[in-house]
Amino acid sequence: MEVKNMICIVCPIGCHLEVKNIHGKYIVKGNQCIRGREYGIKELTNPTRVLTSTVKVNKAHLSRLPIKTKGGIPKNKINECIEEINKVELDAPIKIGQIIIENIQGTGVDVIASRSI
Amino acid sequence: MLNYDIVIIGAGPAGLAAAVEAKKGGVDNILVIDRDRELGGILQQCIHNGFGLHEFKEELTGPEYAERFIQQLINLDIEYKLNTMVLDITQDKVVHAINMEDGYMTIKAKAIILAMGCRERARGAIAIPGTRPAGIFTAGTAQRYINMEGYMVGKNVFVLGSGDIGLIMARRLTLEGARVSAVAEIMPYSGGLTRNLVQCLDDYNIPLLLSHTIVDIQGKDRIEGVVVSKVDNNRKPIPGTERYYECDALLLSVGLIPENELSKSAGIEIDQMTNGPIVNESMESTVEGIFACGNVVHVHDLVDYVSQESRQAGSNAAKYVKDMLIRKGTTLKTKPGDGISYIVPQIIRTDNLEKHLDVFMRVKDVYSNSKLVVKVDGVSVREIKKKHMTPGEMERIKLDFKLLKDINDSVISIEVEREVV
Repeated sequence: MEVKNMICIVCPIGCHLEVKNIHGKYIVKGNQCIRGREYGIKELTNPTRVLTSTVKVNKAHLSRLPIKTKGGIPKNKINECIEEINKVELDAPIKIGQIIIENIQGTGVDVIASRSI
Repeated sequence: MLNYDIVIIGAGPAGLAAAVEAKKGGVDNILVIDRDRELGGILQQCIHNGFGLHEFKEELTGPEYAERFIQQLINLDIEYKLNTMVLDITQDKVVHAINMEDGYMTIKAKAIILAMGCRERARGAIAIPGTRPAGIFTAGTAQRYINMEGYMVGKNVFVLGSGDIGLIMARRLTLEGARVSAVAEIMPYSGGLTRNLVQCLDDYNIPLLLSHTIVDIQGKDRIEGVVVSKVDNNRKPIPGTERYYECDALLLSVGLIPENELSKSAGIEIDQMTNGPIVNESMESTVEGIFACGNVVHVHDLVDYVSQESRQAGSNAAKYVKDMLIRKGTTLKTKPGDGISYIVPQIIRTDNLEKHLDVFMRVKDVYSNSKLVVKVDGVSVREIKKKHMTPGEMERIKLDFKLLKDINDSVISIEVEREVV
């Protein structure tokens, strides 16, 4: 049996959840609404995060370009993704939304520029 | 002297939204002034996501949120001046400003919108004892260095204060390869949003030390470490609880102060609780024709609410220029009651209300299962149940127009009442 305590971030109340996995059956305690239950199960089974960082940029008025993953990536892949992002060096001009890394670390998610520079 | 209908000071989220709305309100002759080299204000360094959930129904990063408003400004052909510092504003609405291209200029405006935002409290504001070495930054300064200029501030970092910028920087530093030993917070609760506590600290196993503060900073040229102590209920350090944390950088996230030097020189009355201009339902200050919006009025936790408030200021400034704001008629005052630290707006002229009025406030403490009680001259007129309230999250209630009309010279108070179980 797997038990995890977490704070729900769906709304400002911040319920303290206890999520149990009993042979693939999930029991959420401490939530005050249905959305808390969904959040708890997702956090236990497949937690994802949108990763934001910067990459080096040349020929611009700034030396860093902000980037983000276009969707959530698995939480346990954040370190690998950051390592790959840190290797990137680009020249301006760059358009907002432009793909910087395609399908980063096989997550199926692209890394895009979050501003024009 | 230059002449404009509306001059907006500050091109951050507040100034941009106000400008766009003023133009949509039918005023063409608008000038936006900013001292930075580009539009967007502080959003350009806030590269994390979570902006725009209310405004655009999606999670954007700061620069993306800024770009959407900048695009509107450009599409509407609104004039702006960058690298321009406003030196003074007078009560008769003359703006004194200076830049490298135009030199010194005076600008006569029919209406002014103050959108200067706020700045961070620094070490001096909280009087931390110890030496004065290099390596002590406000969280926002570190954010600008790392996210825009490309400089790292340290490898082993301690964060004092659990405001949102501090939490976000704790994560950011970790992702950039630094070790963040802990975040200390003098209060028994965090000053930041729960979502940031979870996604910035818990995700990266960064400890949050509640009821703790720094009692000594050590190091001669560069900071070498901090001594952290537990505090009692009166926020006084408890002797014997000291612990040393080695670090080569200290980040301070200890609050924001609305930047109101210009407001004061224009003779605008400042609310002692918000540290921002006293405003009415139209976001107009106590000086006729000078409006204010965003963090210069009160510190917001969501940019979405800044945009919303600033649109009010923009459209009302346009109405003012077209002589459509009603100056006389019934006037009410708002007053923070028990458990509430401030309310914005402070003055309500009911004749200018259309349907309802958004009232913003902060509670003084953490409350669960309580209610906000709205009273007119001491008589309860509305109760709103609240499961959870904390000073870190601004409360907003909509007051119905019907509730406010036909009462003159009254005081509307809002207070927290604990539910009797």
